[in-house]
Amino acid sequence: MIQAIGRRSISAIEAVGRVGQFVADMVRGLRDVGIWARLVVIQMRRIGVDSLPVALFIAAFTGVVLALQASYTFTGAVPLYFVGTLVGKTMMLELGPVLTGLALAGRVGASMAAELGTMKVTEQVDALETLAYDPQSYLVVPRVMAATLMFPVIVAFAIAVGIITGWLTSLALLDLSTPDFIKGLKLFYLFKDVWFGLLKSATFGFTIALVGCIVGLGTRGGAEGVGRSTTRTVVYSAILILVLDAFWAVVLL
Amino acid sequence: MIEFQDLYKGFDGKAVLQGLSLKIRDAETVVIIGYSGTGKSVALKHIVGLLHPDAGDVIVDGQAVSTLDRDALTALRQGIGYVFQFAALFDSLTVADNLALGLRRRELTEEEIEDRVQEALALVDLSGTGERMPAELSGGMRKRVGIARAIALRPRYILYDEPTTGLDPVTSAVIDRLMVRTREHLGVTGVVVTHDMRSAYTVGDRIAMLYEGRVRQVGSVAEIQQTEDPVVRQFIEGRAE
Repeated sequence: MIQAIGRRSISAIEAVGRVGQFVADMVRGLRDVGIWARLVVIQMRRIGVDSLPVALFIAAFTGVVLALQASYTFTGAVPLYFVGTLVGKTMMLELGPVLTGLALAGRVGASMAAELGTMKVTEQVDALETLAYDPQSYLVVPRVMAATLMFPVIVAFAIAVGIITGWLTSLALLDLSTPDFIKGLKLFYLFKDVWFGLLKSATFGFTIALVGCIVGLGTRGGAEGVGRSTTRTVVYSAILILVLDAFWAVVLL
Repeated sequence: MIEFQDLYKGFDGKAVLQGLSLKIRDAETVVIIGYSGTGKSVALKHIVGLLHPDAGDVIVDGQAVSTLDRDALTALRQGIGYVFQFAALFDSLTVADNLALGLRRRELTEEEIEDRVQEALALVDLSGTGERMPAELSGGMRKRVGIARAIALRPRYILYDEPTTGLDPVTSAVIDRLMVRTREHLGVTGVVVTHDMRSAYTVGDRIAMLYEGRVRQVGSVAEIQQTEDPVVRQFIEGRAE
């Protein structure tokens, strides 16, 4: 029992050390601007354009549900224009960043882990090194940087769509006018709501890409290994997003 | 010159290389043969610093590979071409871009890179395939593109990891001829890892048999063919017992 705890503790400490080493290598990889600069743009397009439909789809339905649930909760107790307040605040502070983050952990993180894992097991990463490229500069830096920069953009669109569908739902299904919805939206609005959500989403993007790269490049054992890495990336990313979400709430709110 | 100096390497507690020592002289091709899992590919990866030895070292042009910093290792790798067992072509790049990728790390203009790519493709009889994707190529063609990618760099050394494994006899012969042609045309030093004895006899100046993590016997093709060592004999004759 004690031995098992000891082994697990050592393995956990080793894992932390490996992540630290990986991040240090990534920072060192930033030196080769000539390698990663062009690739960042390609990755930004892949992450941004490819992820937008999923993120907007989720946000659209979240906005609908938020409006309906707010109305259901407020009926008879709170003025209905508070629906706008709840939809706006919730989309900006929490559901926009977190739901998008969780969805993209599956979409972006899994895709990175699968791609890099396949490259690893087919020796493409070794080939890259023999061609005098640092895999950190060529593979990791562009992905992590692109995800960090693009997640806030995707989340901004998601927030906007969520609010719009919340507003449309209020018009169509609730007895709420546009001026009332906007009145509610403005009621407790703070600029901090926006930057808090976007900052949070940037850290989610960084984390998802980093996990995808670490797990992907650590893949062993053929197709089965790639499958394991993909699953592991989604699970680790989802956990870290929720932990980070709580962390930012404690630190910044 | 490449020299393995008393090289040790293990994985997860299992010893693979156990005191490998071998010298590869300039402009010769040495073929490393041996059973699967005896560390042939592991030895090759130490030459370019893809693996770090547990003890001992590989000396390339007087430099101990495991002691090189990142920049020195990059410089060393620019002089070595590596042909991987399954070619390790980049799936997302065309054949031409696969060849050009390594060249873009050098001080070359786009025109020079294009010329080198075309020249290397011609040398492996694959002119006109530059715009194709690796997935569209047969196994033999992929291996030839892998060799072209190494040749395009105009390296001092080329390392071949199981270049004929998984190929039919005719395609294997084509790859063998290509390796011989590469040595004759470019005068490069070659290290070939294989367990294909026909290929070993065709391309090797010397053959080294790796057994239990170290060199069991090294000698010219004729010396290996006439060996009295029962382990080497059994291997080169492909006898079950």
